Amino acid sequence: MTDAAIVPEPAPEGRGLSFWGNAWARLSRNRLAMASLVYLVLMVLACVFGPMLVPNSYDRIFQNYTSLPASLASHPRAEAVGPAFEAAARRARLEVTDWRREGDVIRATIATAGRTVDPRAARYFDRSDLFEGTEIGAPGPSGTELTTRIERHHFLFGTDTTGRDLMARTLIAGRVSLSIGLLSGLVAMVIGVLYGAISGFAGRIVDQVMMRIVDVLYSLPFIFFVIMLVVFFGRNFLLMFVAVGAVLWLDMARIVRGQTLSLRRREFVEAAEALGVSRSRILLRHIVPNLLGPVIVFMTLLVPNVIILESFLSYLGFGVQEPMSSWGVLIAQGARAMPSANWMLLFPSLFLISTLFALNFLGDGLRDALDPRDH
Amino acid sequence: MTRYIFWRLLTAVPTLVVVVTLTFFMMRVAPGGPFDQERALDPVIRANLERAYHLDLPLVQQYAIYLGNLARGDLGPSFTMPEFSVAELLAAGLPVSVRLGGWALVMALVLGGGLGVWAALRRNGWVDRLVVALATAGSTIPTFVVAPVFQLVFALSLRWLPVGGWEGGAFRNLIGPVICLMLPQLAVVARLMRSSMIEALHSHHIRTARALGLSELAVVLRHALRSALLPVVSYAGPAAAALMTGSVVVETIFSIPGVGRYFVDAALNRDYTVVMGAVVVLAVFTILFNLIVDIVYTIIDPRVRYD
Amino acid sequence: MQYRFLRSTPSMLALLATLALPSAGLAETVLNRGNLDDPESLDPHRTSTLAEANLMRDLFSGLIGLDADARLVPDAAESWTVSDDGLVYTFTLRADGKWSDGSPVTAQDFVFSWQRVVSPETAAEYAYMLAPVKNATEITAGTLPPEALGIRALDDRRLEVTLNAPTPYFLKMLTHQSTYPVQPANVAKFGAAFTKPGNLVSNGAYTLTDFVPNDHITLTKNPDFWDAAEVAIDRVDYYPTADTAAAVKRFEAGELDTNRDFPTSQTEDLRAKFGDQVRVGPTLGTYYYGFKTDKAPWNDPALRQAISMLIDRDFLSQKVWQDTMLPAYSFVPPGIEGYQSALLDYAAQGQIDREDAATEILTKLGITPETPIKLELRYNTSDNNTNTAVAVQEMLAPFGIEVSLVNLDTKSHYGYLEQKGDYDLARAAWFADYADPENFLSLCSSGTGNNMTNYANPEFDALMAKAAAAAETDPQVRMQTLHQAEAVGVARDLCVMPLMFYSYHNLVSDRVGGWNDNVLDVHPSRFLSVK
Repeated sequence: MTDAAIVPEPAPEGRGLSFWGNAWARLSRNRLAMASLVYLVLMVLACVFGPMLVPNSYDRIFQNYTSLPASLASHPRAEAVGPAFEAAARRARLEVTDWRREGDVIRATIATAGRTVDPRAARYFDRSDLFEGTEIGAPGPSGTELTTRIERHHFLFGTDTTGRDLMARTLIAGRVSLSIGLLSGLVAMVIGVLYGAISGFAGRIVDQVMMRIVDVLYSLPFIFFVIMLVVFFGRNFLLMFVAVGAVLWLDMARIVRGQTLSLRRREFVEAAEALGVSRSRILLRHIVPNLLGPVIVFMTLLVPNVIILESFLSYLGFGVQEPMSSWGVLIAQGARAMPSANWMLLFPSLFLISTLFALNFLGDGLRDALDPRDH
Repeated sequence: MTRYIFWRLLTAVPTLVVVVTLTFFMMRVAPGGPFDQERALDPVIRANLERAYHLDLPLVQQYAIYLGNLARGDLGPSFTMPEFSVAELLAAGLPVSVRLGGWALVMALVLGGGLGVWAALRRNGWVDRLVVALATAGSTIPTFVVAPVFQLVFALSLRWLPVGGWEGGAFRNLIGPVICLMLPQLAVVARLMRSSMIEALHSHHIRTARALGLSELAVVLRHALRSALLPVVSYAGPAAAALMTGSVVVETIFSIPGVGRYFVDAALNRDYTVVMGAVVVLAVFTILFNLIVDIVYTIIDPRVRYD
Repeated sequence: MQYRFLRSTPSMLALLATLALPSAGLAETVLNRGNLDDPESLDPHRTSTLAEANLMRDLFSGLIGLDADARLVPDAAESWTVSDDGLVYTFTLRADGKWSDGSPVTAQDFVFSWQRVVSPETAAEYAYMLAPVKNATEITAGTLPPEALGIRALDDRRLEVTLNAPTPYFLKMLTHQSTYPVQPANVAKFGAAFTKPGNLVSNGAYTLTDFVPNDHITLTKNPDFWDAAEVAIDRVDYYPTADTAAAVKRFEAGELDTNRDFPTSQTEDLRAKFGDQVRVGPTLGTYYYGFKTDKAPWNDPALRQAISMLIDRDFLSQKVWQDTMLPAYSFVPPGIEGYQSALLDYAAQGQIDREDAATEILTKLGITPETPIKLELRYNTSDNNTNTAVAVQEMLAPFGIEVSLVNLDTKSHYGYLEQKGDYDLARAAWFADYADPENFLSLCSSGTGNNMTNYANPEFDALMAKAAAAAETDPQVRMQTLHQAEAVGVARDLCVMPLMFYSYHNLVSDRVGGWNDNVLDVHPSRFLSVK
């Protein structure tokens, strides 16, 4: 058996299919990889459709519920009702003589001294996130009766410092992070693999020039690159992919080029050359498939970098704009809120890390499944 | 080989000039300048300041002046700290960053490489799973999360280490920053090593070596490791350059006087000369380490030739 | 690369050994101060930031100083007289005033220093602190030589200063570091390097011993300082603490005794943990948004007022900033002696009443939720600025004002505003250089550099001029006129839209004595002590 024989040769159509077919069969036998695939699909679905299904919108500010810890119980807490009610009454300039709570309804008596209560006062109660459907009765002998219902809200992941539901925010943030992670990761991979393979395969002066270009790009200050992009192209979500992709393919290119340098001296490549196979064909059929292992592994390592880099771009005003968010941005905010508001760090981190774990396991599974020598 | 190295060092000069030129003009195209701040300067005072820094000259002339000074090794004074020359700032910060980054690099390579090989040999066993899990965690949890948690645990709860500070490079003060710098790199090295080691162990010549009855240790160390090192070495070049030029996150959180912050803080402050100085340093490190990597290629894989 | 490790290992062992040795000299008292940022300069005439001001107050001693309660006290000058027309000040320097090299501080030193501040070659950002002095502005502009400045030495200890016009806050300006003296011989000897440790000769309570950028600055007690007997702390180490979260941890670990600033989102937790070591109080700073007042539709003051009414300042200060800010209904913060701020008309109304009034105005202008207008809000990136902008966005949304947010890094943001770029609404802040309303209100004068909203109103300018003219005759009339100016420019026209007043947020260890809270947040080390 020669090396050439074990290199995947998708040339005649039928065989290509069976190569991918075999790979899929091998992948589906890997339980960890399949579980990861299912998890990733679920995560994508949750981030795409979740924000529409959760009760609170990601951009609604609950002024009465800033920095709430995560909890399964509903809000408001029993002990918060009284002070909130009194605060609302104070802001409405009403003098409450007494109030009682019946389940989720509050009945209060207001001292009015015979005057009618300004009906707008009800809005001070409805305005609060704790009460709704406030009604003011007719003035009676002991005063005016005011009834209001307590509004129930759940914040499973807690709220952030401006009082926005962190669950809704984590899910909507996933849209940005997943799309930039996968798309920019792919862009970086495609550029990096092609560039590195061409450089390593062409060798000599071409290799030197191409690698010096990488050195130059590697040394340029990223911030100015980004600020300049904003100046020339304005604020554009797509440009974020370009910026991230443009920076992160460099490492990939160097790794691929190193592998290629070694591969092109192997017997099977020299054999193919001797047989007169065209260079581009050798590159695509023999070199690139043999690079898959390190490429896939590095790709799975690239995605977290992309997601973190995005949070830096957002800091510079180039990434997502509030009230939209991304996991990187939420985690950065959470890290600064530590140790007082741990939930602000915990939930976005859990989502990010579990996704990346799944991605890694899937990557390993893919690598194994695509490795032609590994059965 | 000597000719090759000589030739590479020769091409370093044009590479540097390209880096300097691109950076210079990119920086100036970006909006905002060193004297833009919350409180606007009086136009007369602003003009005085700009004259003092030659910012009133045409851009091309400023570029010519900068290149001329650079050729003489003069990086100019800092804009934000005018009493320090850029050379002084770099001379103070670079040894700190190189020391931290050097430790982090060596530990990442040794520990990460070792873990990666170990995991590959025990493929799909518990060691392997643990290494993969640790490596994944290391590469996914951002440093700006790891570092504050590290401080909370080891400095505030256990009181074993100081929260931050450099103290002239005391050992106690090195531990936190080195670990936080090392973790993400260790993760990458371990995973790259594991993957290429698995590949190498399955390759033709290893099977042959095994069939010939060589001891497992000899097979692993002499044959498999050699070819498995390639991706790690490729990665280590730029990683070394990045590590030794510091990390703004680690330096800020641990109050370390390194040069990493100049890449971000100086850029945000539009401290043009300091940014240029930092970029020149990074470029030199990048060129140097990538040259070393290319030489190491030929040592670990004799098939690689640059002719 | 490798030899570095070999070399660094023994040096680390040596350091470990020194750490293990019992420290000698038990008597030395040390204060570790967290100080936000490193100084950009240690030349008092080139400094501008708050962090630098702290260092300058320790290193140098101006004619007039601030005591632990930020009251004016004689410092390098022991007394002074003012001529009847308020134009000529004569200062008498104290006889025991000395530089740290032992030589006396003379009137000629001040003449040299002030001429240096205003001369164009120095390019001092704060040259305008001496603008009231005769010919200062012309010298900075390069039309007169520095010798023409209205300052002369009558003899070694007597200094005569002539002003352009009576300036009631002139003495307050003299507490600013740009009016501090430098030693002529020192500057002549070392040139630009005179501020390096070992070179710098200063006349304050402390001298400069060490400065490692991004690491620390060490000041040592100056035995030649005139009041050295009253200085309790031997050594002050200043640390840059740009990362406030990390600084809080260093404070908790006892590595810092005091620190300016902490993450406001942690206020509650810090109060629980540190008790009254957390010091929060009002200071002379205003957080505001400005409309581009010469751009339609924002050139309509009614629209500006309607938007201002819709912003719930209580929510911003209490929730978003966790009670570390105060709601602002005037541009000039309270706490300036003799001045009563002119409040916005609706300052006393409830938020719902304001919203009704705003809805009325907006409906008249044809702005409803069905026919909304767009507004672009620009701010410089920080957690608190973002949260504030997001909250404002939500407050305006139900009323037909669709706010889009644009954040940039600080330099880009202010660079854009200074170049009079196109915008709708932008975030800015102003901190008092000295406690006087004029320092705030001049931002709304036509054509001044800091007037980023392009507000131009002859009526306002006339009132400001009238106030300046009244300085000589009657300080009370001057304050009333400034009040009228604020009523016209801010309360009526919203040349800037005040949102919140800043507070200082300090962490001060129980170890530290003599730290008296004050609106200027000034705490010279010479008045502090360490238990």
